This record gives sequence, C-alpha cells and structure tokens, in this order.
Amino acid sequence: MSSKFTKRPDGRKFDETRKIEAKAGVIKKADGSAYFKIGKTTAYAAVYGPRELHPRHMQDPKTGILRCNYNMMPFSSEERVRPGPSRRSKEISMVTEKALGPVMDLKDYPNAVVDVFIELTETDAGSRCAGICAAAIALADAGVTMKDMVSAISIGVIDNNIVMDLDGEEEHIEDVFVADIPIAMVPSTGEITLLQMDGRMTKENLLEGIKMVKPVLKNIAEIQRKALKDKYKR
Amino acid sequence: MNQDIKNHINEALKKGVRLDGRKKDEYRKLEIEVGVIATAEGSARVKCGDTEIIAGIKLSTGTPYPDSPDSGVMMVGTELLPMANPEFESGPPRIESIETARVIDRGIRESKTIDTKKLCIEKGELVWMVMVDVLPLNHDGNLIDLGGLAALAALKNAKMVELKDGKPLFGKRTKENLPVSCMPIPVTVLKIGDNLIVDPTHEEEKAVDARLTVSVLEDNTICAMQKGGDSPLSEKDINDMVDLAIKKSQELRKILNEALAK
Amino acid sequence: MSDGKLLVKDKEVVVPGEVLVKGMGFLPGYGTYRKEDEIIANRLGLLTVDGKVLKTVPLSGRYMPKRNDIIIGNVIDILMSGWRLDTNSPYSAVLPLKDASFNYIEKGADLTRYFELDDYIVLKVTNVTSQKLVDVTCKGPGLHKLRGGRIILVNTHKVPRIIGKKGSMVSLIKNATGCKITVGQNGMAWISGEPEMEVIAVNTIKMIEEQSHVSGLTDKIHAYLEKATGKKVALAEDKPDNEMKEVNKTESSSKAADSKNQKDFLKSRDSESLTNIKKPKE
Repeated sequence: MSSKFTKRPDGRKFDETRKIEAKAGVIKKADGSAYFKIGKTTAYAAVYGPRELHPRHMQDPKTGILRCNYNMMPFSSEERVRPGPSRRSKEISMVTEKALGPVMDLKDYPNAVVDVFIELTETDAGSRCAGICAAAIALADAGVTMKDMVSAISIGVIDNNIVMDLDGEEEHIEDVFVADIPIAMVPSTGEITLLQMDGRMTKENLLEGIKMVKPVLKNIAEIQRKALKDKYKR
Repeated sequence: MNQDIKNHINEALKKGVRLDGRKKDEYRKLEIEVGVIATAEGSARVKCGDTEIIAGIKLSTGTPYPDSPDSGVMMVGTELLPMANPEFESGPPRIESIETARVIDRGIRESKTIDTKKLCIEKGELVWMVMVDVLPLNHDGNLIDLGGLAALAALKNAKMVELKDGKPLFGKRTKENLPVSCMPIPVTVLKIGDNLIVDPTHEEEKAVDARLTVSVLEDNTICAMQKGGDSPLSEKDINDMVDLAIKKSQELRKILNEALAK
Repeated sequence: MSDGKLLVKDKEVVVPGEVLVKGMGFLPGYGTYRKEDEIIANRLGLLTVDGKVLKTVPLSGRYMPKRNDIIIGNVIDILMSGWRLDTNSPYSAVLPLKDASFNYIEKGADLTRYFELDDYIVLKVTNVTSQKLVDVTCKGPGLHKLRGGRIILVNTHKVPRIIGKKGSMVSLIKNATGCKITVGQNGMAWISGEPEMEVIAVNTIKMIEEQSHVSGLTDKIHAYLEKATGKKVALAEDKPDNEMKEVNKTESSSKAADSKNQKDFLKSRDSESLTNIKKPKE
C-alpha cells in the first residue's frame, strides 16, 4: 500500500523513540521518587507509603491499595491548564492505577495505601506513558514489592505506517488518518496493562503495532532499571 | 510541636547554632536556573537546601476589569502539591498555600513590578493576562521567599506571545520581554524564642513563634509585608526583623541577578 | 536440567524484574521469586548469595513493626485506656495502661500525667497481629520517655549500620561528640548534647546512611569525627573499658540499669540491638 507519509517531521526512524532520560530519587521527602523524560515530555513521580489510609471506609483489610494521582502543571502545555483535578486527569489517574496494579504485591500491608503523585512539568504528547514509566521507577525506589517494571509508550499509526512514540507535531498531522495508541506492558511477560486508542486505523495496524512495540518497551525497562542502579553507584 | 524539642531548638539558637549547623542569618546553598520549561513563556527552578520550586508564566488574553480598563491582569497561584511533602494532601487549596500565593502576589503587584498599563491591547476590550504559577516539587521550608524568587526569575525570563486578530498564538513567542520594572525580593524572618532566623527548614518552621515577610526593593524601600505565627511582635522585633530582611535581600538580589545574567 | 547460572554478582544492587539466575540450581529467598527456570528479583535491594539461596537485603522502604523490636514512638492520641503512637510505619501502635508504668494506673486517671500528646517514648513492640494491630510496652529496661534533645529520621534498613557491631559505631559517635543517642529500629533516632556536637552527630549519622555500603566505613567515620570535633577519638573496639564507661554514662536517663543487663548488652552479638538500651531478657 502506498503512503503519503514517508518521513517523520523530526527525522526519526519509524521505530525510534525520542531521547529518554530517567533518574531515581529526585524528591528527598518522598519514600520513592523518579523523573522520566521522553523528548520534551517530563514526568516526576513521588511515592508516599505504604501509609495509613483515610477515609477509613476505603481501607481493604486483605491488602494495601495503590492510589495514583496524575496532574499537569499549569504551564506544562501551550495553553494554561487550570489547576486542580479535571475529568481528564481523573481518568488518567485511574488507568495509571490499572496499568501498575498487576505487578504490585501489597498484601503485606492490609488497610494501608501506597500513594503515587505524578506531576507533568512539560508535555509534548505521551504524558500518561511518561507518567507510568516514572511511577514504576518511583515505586521500585520506595522498596515496594513488584514482580517487574511497567513500561509504557505511545504507538502511532500515521496513514497505515506504524511509528513509535508519537510526538505532539505528529499527533496533529492533517490530511491523513492518525491514530494514537498509548500502551503499557509488563516487559518480561508481554502482558498489556494499559491500552487506549483514538484516531482511525485497522485491526492489522494494531497487531503490527503491538509486535513492534515489544522490543522498544524492553529497552525502556532497561533504562528504568538503570536509573535505579545508578542511584546506588559507588 | 513537642514543647521539649522546641525548647531544645531555642536553647541551641541562644548559642547561635541551628539544627543543621547554620548560623542564624545564614541561607542554605541557593541555586536559580531560568528557562527550564519550554511550554512556559518564562520559567525558573529554585533549589535551596532540600526545597525545590518551579515557577512558570503563561500568557493569555481577556477583558480588563471595569475599574481599570487600560490595565492588564497579573495573578500568582501556588499549590502545595501532595508530591512535595508527606503532610500535604490532595484536595482544595489549603489556607497555607493561599497565604503563600497572596504574599508573593502582593509583593509583585504592590511594587508595580509588572507595568500592567503596557499589557493593554485595546482599552476596555482586550488585555494580556499574566498567570504566574509557583509549585514546590520538594518542600523543606521557606516557600514564600523561594517561591517569590522563582516567580521573579520566571517573569524576567518570559517573552511575549504573538498576537493575531486579537487572539494569542500559543507556542509562538516574540523577542519582547514582559514589562518588568523592578524586583521586590521577599525575605521572611522567623522569631523562635528571642532568636531571629532566615531561610527556615520545614522543621524550624514548626517551632516558629512569629514571622514577618518583608518584600524589599532595589533602593531598600519596602513594598509588602505579612506577619504570621501565633505570637505578637514588639516594635523592637519589627525593627530588627526589617533590618535583617533588608540585609538578606541584598545578598539574594545578587544571586538572582547572576542567575539572570547567565 | 542445568545447575543454574548466576547472572548477577553477590552484593550487587538488583531491581524488580531483573533475572538473577537461569536454571534450577538455586532457591528463591526474600525479595525474589521463581518463574519457570528463572529466579527474578521483586524488590530493590542488595543481592546476597547464601549457599544455594538467593535473597535481597532491602535498601529502601518503610519500617514494618516486628515483635520485640525496640522503637521510638510519638504520642498522637490519648485513648480511654492507653495511648496511640505513630511508629514511623504504616501502622500506629497502642500502648495499653498496664504496659505504661510499673505503678498501677487506675481507670479514669489523668493519662497526660504519664504521657502527653507529642511525647516521644522508647518502646518495645510486644505484639503484631496479621491485620497489623500493634501493641507496645514501656515497661522494661531502657524503655522510657525521651526528654529534651531532638528527633531525626533515618532509613530503617540502615539502622544496623548506624549502630554497628556490638554498638561500636554509635559508641564511636557518642565518644566523640558526648551526645546521648538512641536509635530505634523504626528509623527514629533521638540525639541530645551540646548544639555543635549534635550537628556533628547528625551529620555523621547521615554519612553512615549514605555510605553504608562502602568498605572501611568505621575508619572513615573515625577520621571524620576527629576532624569535625578537633580532638582525638578512641576507637570503641580498641578500648572496651572506655566504651563500657561511655555507655554507662549515656545510660543515665534509664535509672533501672543493672550491671548484669549492661554486660549482656555489651556481649550481645546482635548488631541490631539498641545501644542505649540493654537487650531485654526474654
């Protein structure tokens, strides 16, 4: 199938992500913390807990619970974001919890909560995925039991071409169909813990995208693990 | 706070030693960096000890207030993010964060730091609105002073946004700076027992009897004040606190100017 | 099937999801799990290879109350029949009336006469249920209310290093600074002394926390303390008699110290025991 889209605006290869930087232990007051930067999109995550959960009726006597809070700083996008929770930020907080939940083991902490606060200081697409990556590092940094990392990125489908790590400019390409698929995965098992999509594409596009994203996410998991190890470099 | 510990802090202060070994009028290592957020019109990151704050400026357009039809609008917002300290929780802004925002705002507004007349696009119809957001990533004390410094640095760093048919083109900036005419440096002096200190850690803030924030201009005049804490202040206290604030403002101004010149 | 090949070296930092071994020759211990023929880390920590067992020593994470731990608690509520204390963990603890004092406390007595809100107390954990209800006692040698001084928080996993073998590290700091120091298993530490000396003691503790994995740490700390205090400091191991005296001196706050306990404590090889507190007889 011929395609009008042959070159990415910033010259990246189709399977190439933007530059990634990650660091663990960036917020001293927190029990665990990290930042994760992909291109210009920068997410900070801080973990507090396990700690006592209020209100009491939310407590689960069988296990500790994970509570995520995603927030964009007012100046993090071209148009100012009103401070405080929005419908969007609440939904993303919820899917972030579901993305991280499957690797976590909190049953040693009945009635307690592990709070994850994610703040985006700057965004250029892919902010929920950057938030999930930062949160996974921060949770590991906090010494919480988890069977693996969770790594996330946005797959793009631009006029039938699969590209990795869709950026803001690509999101707004006109004249052709563009689809954005944020995806999170447990890198060792390939289990998918977050899957969303908007735009337009075929089922084949989706399956090809998932095939292509696996090595990319394994690589991101290595970057996440390295960030943790670097904190303890002698 | 535990009264025993408070007494202990006070006794050490009498001997001139703070919990972290600093002298009473000594600041922690202060670092200011500007232009750290590309999506913001202007931005700054301030680190002091373990406190870290980001300030960002966003511009938009709107209708002026009826009582000042030819003036733009400037607002300062702060939020004590639950990320920054285990004691903060999600939810509506607490009184502490409102106070911090208002004290920073007052310092900047009352000194006419921003010449709002120059932010008028069409009298009575359209003006620039300048939103200054000050957010701590890590809170270990002294948010008012450090937030104020971050706000000033971000304002100085900011560029105007392009305007087309009365609408701002977000993401496109001109080479023009914001009309910043002066720089009021806020300095908060804390009183613990009979001791005066500056740049408190979060722990020292808990032991405070009274505090006074003084915003000081280039010529050592004062453009805003706020007294906080539960204890009253004497005339002598106020004299000494303002003196110390003026002295420290000169040091901070130097560091700020150096950061802006980079 | 192969015996298993170790993919990570002993004493290396491992992170969740990291494959440690391929093959069936090793057994998964704390902080690891088996998946098919692999052993994988599920917690950030230092890998310890103990014969054929792989386990990790945590580097971070909050304190979890354990029976018989000596901790410092902070009174956060006064109940009908006792006190509720923050333990710097996800779970608060209850100090019941019967465990607060050797004297009989009548029901309905004014409990603030014993402990007030915000008091810090050295306690022993007596019971932890499966649902993490925690009971503590203040009856026992070395358990007492802390007066004066200051509290700092340290990484609970670094407490054994801060205390040192047989309390050698903390004795070194006490000798050098003349401060009274009590380190709770829960990462709350209490320090009291001359202001400048307290600052040196706190900085030393922070240094141990940050460099706990560095070899020759005791020598490094010793050199730092001599430099910071500007005086000669005897290494605790060299002069056990001095150490004994020093501990005795700093013990002044707990009058009930009997010398047998003292010796038991000093003999104790358990590096996790508190230095300021004699190891209670079971």
